[in-house]
Amino acid sequence: MDLINAVIVLLNYTIIPALTYGSQLALGAIFVTLIYGILRFANFATGDMMSFGTMFAVLFTYYFQSIGINFGFLPTALLTIPFAIFMMILYMLLIDQTVFKYYRIKKSPPVQLAMVSVGVMFVTQAIIRIIIGPTDRRFLDGEKFIIKATEFKEMTGLAEGLTIKSTQMITIVVTIIVVAIMFWFLNKTKTGTSMRAYSDNEDLALLSGIDPKKVVLITWIIAGILATIGGILYGLDKSYRPFVYFNNMLPIFAAAIVGGIGNPYGAFFGGYVIAFAEIFLTYAYKRFLVYLLPESLEPNSLMQLLSTDYKFAISFSILVIVLIFRPSGIFEGKRI
Amino acid sequence: MRNYLNIIIAYSIMMLLIILVGIFQSWSIALTIFNYCMISAVMTLGANIQWGYAGLINFGIMGYTALGGLAVVLVSVAPVPEAWSVGGVNMMTCLAIIILMIFSTRYILKNIQKSNKRNYLIAGIIIVGLILIKIIAGPAIEQIEAVDPAKTGFLGGLGLPVLFSWIVGGLFAAGLAFIVGKVALGLRADYLAIATLLIAEIVVSIIKHEDWLARGVKNVIGLKRPAPYEIDLQTSPWFINLVEKFHLAKLDLANSLSERQDILNQLVIDASSVYVKLCFAGMFLVVVIILLIITQKALYSPWGRMMRAIRDNEEAASAMGKNVVKQHLFIFILGSAIVGIAGAMMVTNDGLFTPGSYRPMRYTFVIWVMVIVGGTGNNFGAILGGFVVWFLWVEAAPIALFFINLFTAHLPETNEIKIHLINSAPYFRFLLVGIGLLLIMRFRPQGIIPEKIIKQ
Repeated sequence: MDLINAVIVLLNYTIIPALTYGSQLALGAIFVTLIYGILRFANFATGDMMSFGTMFAVLFTYYFQSIGINFGFLPTALLTIPFAIFMMILYMLLIDQTVFKYYRIKKSPPVQLAMVSVGVMFVTQAIIRIIIGPTDRRFLDGEKFIIKATEFKEMTGLAEGLTIKSTQMITIVVTIIVVAIMFWFLNKTKTGTSMRAYSDNEDLALLSGIDPKKVVLITWIIAGILATIGGILYGLDKSYRPFVYFNNMLPIFAAAIVGGIGNPYGAFFGGYVIAFAEIFLTYAYKRFLVYLLPESLEPNSLMQLLSTDYKFAISFSILVIVLIFRPSGIFEGKRI
Repeated sequence: MRNYLNIIIAYSIMMLLIILVGIFQSWSIALTIFNYCMISAVMTLGANIQWGYAGLINFGIMGYTALGGLAVVLVSVAPVPEAWSVGGVNMMTCLAIIILMIFSTRYILKNIQKSNKRNYLIAGIIIVGLILIKIIAGPAIEQIEAVDPAKTGFLGGLGLPVLFSWIVGGLFAAGLAFIVGKVALGLRADYLAIATLLIAEIVVSIIKHEDWLARGVKNVIGLKRPAPYEIDLQTSPWFINLVEKFHLAKLDLANSLSERQDILNQLVIDASSVYVKLCFAGMFLVVVIILLIITQKALYSPWGRMMRAIRDNEEAASAMGKNVVKQHLFIFILGSAIVGIAGAMMVTNDGLFTPGSYRPMRYTFVIWVMVIVGGTGNNFGAILGGFVVWFLWVEAAPIALFFINLFTAHLPETNEIKIHLINSAPYFRFLLVGIGLLLIMRFRPQGIIPEKIIKQ
């Protein structure tokens, strides 16, 4: 019985939150890695692009709520995803045409493109703050919980309750669907294959008749879909605040590099590595150990390796360690 | 002379803009902007040494700035004896353990062949050391933080003069740069950018959450100043006399003696704040000029030429027998040290240390915009970039407000769009800086004042 209780504690406070957070990071990391692999620059506007897509989801949600459309027990925001993605892709293509295209044709070094993306970051941040403001916004409606702690306790008669928020379930399910479709697209379709070819060797790809314009266009569209969905899922789970999205860019970068930048599988995996490391290293294991250890050995401290203040620092430290010992990432990514 | 014409024109325009702020807003605001421009200029000089001279991208400016600020607290604040007596011994033991860890790791690295055994030994040392530190420091930290937490709750500093901390800030930043350089300098440019950005985040999060060191997010206020305090000035007779002399004409217009006294008091209050800012401006100017002379000399010395050679073609330079790795590390440390000095100057100017305010947006990316806009590889350009971008950053909101009012003049005061736009005026600074960066990168990639190479 104690063992089950201990497992429930772990599930409730570490595994489920880590899976959720990892999914959100994974979507962002695949976005970063796609841009890096195909367009060949580190996109410092990542966080703000995700925020931009989410902003539209928030606005559409408010609009739908005002005209009385809802999605039953699911959040209305899910209904707005296609519209938000559409706006996002429009914005990305506009940015690409006005800003990035020039440097791509000129074949500028990646650093210059990264610098340009810093400019895009500033502009995007300004637009977001001017349109929606910097305040905290919650746009979650519908059922909040799938299982509540009290219900779970009554159902099973255990001492520990298990809470599953609907947003956690939605995040995990939507991520699996999106990522599965994306990998199917990249591996099985002709366009996907041509994208991978372009990423591996640009000159060879061009020689074999792959249209670079089409590859770039598709990349931005997929990037737009990933960024918007990743942003919306994070916003539903926590809340929408432009500033937080900018900060999230850093663990996302860490996830992409840890997994091996340029490699979508690596990025997907890297997201979970970062999330699990962050949560497992900052969780206070006292409650977990109380169930497992005999009473005489019960710990009197919190049994916490690091304080939760250092959550972000952990992911960055992992990144630094990976960069020193295995610079191409856990999965083989592009050479550094 | 003709060579320097564009520089002189650009600087004159900048000074004119600041003077216009002085005339239209107030001299106090103009001097605040000027001081911050100067601090930004020091930061850009540091970043420009790394990026312009050597082509090293450092997105960790925020971390070095924060360390510089920390130096001010650790050097100038008076020590807290109670905290030292409860936890001083333990903290010093921890410091000794860390030093011991570093030296034993170095010893192992030098004397044992590369093998699994060596890796296990190093891992063992680190794990044992961390556990020891956790055991020894844990209770001490709790006790230190319990000492009058509203006011102190930290070890305090050394109580030395604050100007000394500018040098210490540079040294701190140099120390961090040494570690970062050893770890990350081998990476390709954009990885280096990300790695330095994240390491800076780690540094700031440590400063934020280790309350025993510098009170963390509780901030340290009332730091010492190398300039006189306004209150002291307002009561000292020589200062009042000076103000009186300056404003005789205005004072003579007063009808009665009491009215004259009121006007004089107001003038003295205004003048005291201007005087303090002028003192700071003088000190900052000295720093900027010294750094400018040194960097200018270095740029045109054989060393500077070597750095440019390394930047433009690493392979060729290394084939000529130049140690690229060593020079990169050296210049990385040098640039970061200058940024550290700027961080210390900024905290001294503010008189308070607020770790929560160190955000990559303000302390890394804006500085980078300054370097790019001003002119990479040119020190005059870097300084000008610091001035121009900081000026825009501060004055963007008033400018935006002016234009919003101009374009929405025909709309009624209750119009929702108008109210919304007016409320979001502060965010136009991001737009202005972003568009400025994009335009410069597109149409004048070498910056306002481009790099100039003197051929002999």
